[in-house]
Amino acid sequence: MGLLDKQFTDDNIIITKVEDLLNWARLSSLWQMGFGLACCAIEMMATSASHYDFDRFGVIPRPSPRQSDVIIISGTVTFKMAIRIKRLYEQMPDHKYVISMGSCSNCGGPYWEHGYHVLKGVDRVIPVDVYVPGCPPRPEALLEGLLKLQEKIRNETLVSKTA
Amino acid sequence: MALKTEEMVLNMGPQHPSTHGVLRLELVIEGEIIKNVTPHIGYLHRCFEKHCEVMTYPQIIPYTDRMDYLASMCNEFGYVVAVERLMGIEVPERVEYIRVIMAELQRIASHLVAIGTYGADIGAFTPFLFCFRDREKILNLFEITCGARLLYNYIWIGGVMHDLHPDFIRLTKEFIKEFRPNLKELNDLLTFNQIFIDRTANVGILPAETAINYGITGPNLRASGVNWDLRINDPYSIYDRFDFKIPVGKGENGTVGDCWNRYYMRILEMEESLKIVEQAINQIPDGDVSSAIPKRVKPPAGQIYSRVENPRGELGYFIVSDGSVNPTRIKVRAPSFVNMVVFGELCKGHMVADVVAILGSIDIVLGEIDR
Amino acid sequence: MKNPEEIFEILKAKFNEVIIELISDKPTESFITVAPLEIDKVCLYLRDKEGLNFKSLMNLSGVDDANGEKIKDENDNEIIQGGTLSVFYHLESIDLKHKVTLKVSTDRENPEVASVEEIWRAADWHEREAYDMFGIKFLNHHNLIRILMPYDWEGGYPLRKDYQNPEFYKGMKVPY
Ligand code: SF4
Repeated sequence: MGLLDKQFTDDNIIITKVEDLLNWARLSSLWQMGFGLACCAIEMMATSASHYDFDRFGVIPRPSPRQSDVIIISGTVTFKMAIRIKRLYEQMPDHKYVISMGSCSNCGGPYWEHGYHVLKGVDRVIPVDVYVPGCPPRPEALLEGLLKLQEKIRNETLVSKTA
Repeated sequence: MALKTEEMVLNMGPQHPSTHGVLRLELVIEGEIIKNVTPHIGYLHRCFEKHCEVMTYPQIIPYTDRMDYLASMCNEFGYVVAVERLMGIEVPERVEYIRVIMAELQRIASHLVAIGTYGADIGAFTPFLFCFRDREKILNLFEITCGARLLYNYIWIGGVMHDLHPDFIRLTKEFIKEFRPNLKELNDLLTFNQIFIDRTANVGILPAETAINYGITGPNLRASGVNWDLRINDPYSIYDRFDFKIPVGKGENGTVGDCWNRYYMRILEMEESLKIVEQAINQIPDGDVSSAIPKRVKPPAGQIYSRVENPRGELGYFIVSDGSVNPTRIKVRAPSFVNMVVFGELCKGHMVADVVAILGSIDIVLGEIDR
Repeated sequence: MKNPEEIFEILKAKFNEVIIELISDKPTESFITVAPLEIDKVCLYLRDKEGLNFKSLMNLSGVDDANGEKIKDENDNEIIQGGTLSVFYHLESIDLKHKVTLKVSTDRENPEVASVEEIWRAADWHEREAYDMFGIKFLNHHNLIRILMPYDWEGGYPLRKDYQNPEFYKGMKVPY
């Protein structure tokens, strides 16, 4: 079969760095918190449904923050919601990542000027790793954002969380 | 000694996989039985009505897209119909046909999401994938028309953005041919699946009298046995030219007005929408699509309430104009907003697990409830 | 099926003082102005009277007329004093297929309107929304609290024309 089991059946050893092993494990099974906010969430759903198939990158939606590694903020964050988002983020176990999907969660989107109840960018409450622009971003764009996040994780070291 | 029992308050949401967005439900339960439900909304309040007051009339169209984001075309349609009525604009024939085709395709796409997520909510995940596969095809049709997948800004006051793609008619015909058998497959898989019927029939019964008093509209009202569809009863655009039926709930499995009926209405409506699209693409005349677009949209002072039939019910726009380029006030009567009021009433006395079934059958979109 | 003129005549005969006028000039849809504190009685009559049968409320919407006096406050923000807020009711009869629009106007400083929530349950959330956005108080509403904005929002009523954004909400900056 693959490279790995051949190597193991022949009593071989793999030499790698602990860092690389950890990073590889982390980036290949990013469990996403199944959580949609607004219109962007529909594109996120389309990304995980047939046709775009988020699964092939190891992304599975989990209903609880305590079991997930990445939270995709998909949509407009209002003040009423911002408090909850902060709480959800805090509930996630560490080595957690945030993808901000869509203009709204990047900077307020179409509501940046007159939205009296819209938080102008989710990075005002939680730290963001990858911003995906678009209103809404196409599923391909979200996939690209995920690849960027994986790249970022690949370069992590034990000393600093994000390289 | 009798066991001491007490009521418990359970919070569901705003982050919950089956509340269809950011809705919070406060359930008062006694054991598994629901005593009371209080919905808390506003987690997605994006100040649509305030934006209307500072934007010009054409600028508002993209914002209407973002209300009911599963049925953007229908929202635009409703808005431009309202403004056109206020200004007295006659639009070309071809534009009317394009609009109807778009609105009906959108209705199918929206119902597919409703059905798919409903299945997923109560434990059937496969239909979700099937529905999204078919929806993707409709989105492709929209994409070749206007370049966007979800939020279109395609229908403009007095016309549409630009004409149909030369391939559009052919591709739509292909889609209809492919989709009919898929719909049957979906019926076999979910609609007449005994497990599904057991789970939804006789749950959350909404009698017609109550439905009218609560202002319920759309498939939810028709499932209760009231024959009321604005496309027929208060015709707008050119709906009076097409031959289609209004499905009404009959209670094939269970009682009229239960969850299964509400669900089934959507299946039947998709078939009717297909019929309308078929007729429209056969009749569509040639012509210009932008001749009636006014240079300056400045309606006379006055007010109008105009409504259209959205996939979720009656979408009304109440526009107050003072004769300037931006409206004084736009109030949107969003179908989900009104349909949601009855939710607490429907849940009383049911089990906790039924809450999800009832909520899914009402088919709400939070973007429209909170605006 | 009745047109607004006939409905106006019927109402005028029944309620005299309470029904103020019928406004119908194109392109405005005609509407009937009613006294704010009596609107519930008029609505109940409209719903139950044989031949009117307005069984459903399509829409209820608050409007800021902004017809008061515009003055500057100490921070140089424009505020509106006096004038009126209005509420529009769009009623419909499903079996008789006719529609009518009612309007009430109430004082901006102390806006009070009788609630129609008991008559059409559909009005429940609409009234709460009008309260949330304009601060119109619906008397006898069973649960008149904010609906869209946070329950502890102190910034005022956002859809009033002289609304000013607060600078912060719970430590989060409101303007861009
Ligand atoms: S970025 Fe655009 S599509 Fe995404 S939530 Fe905001 S308005 Fe909706």
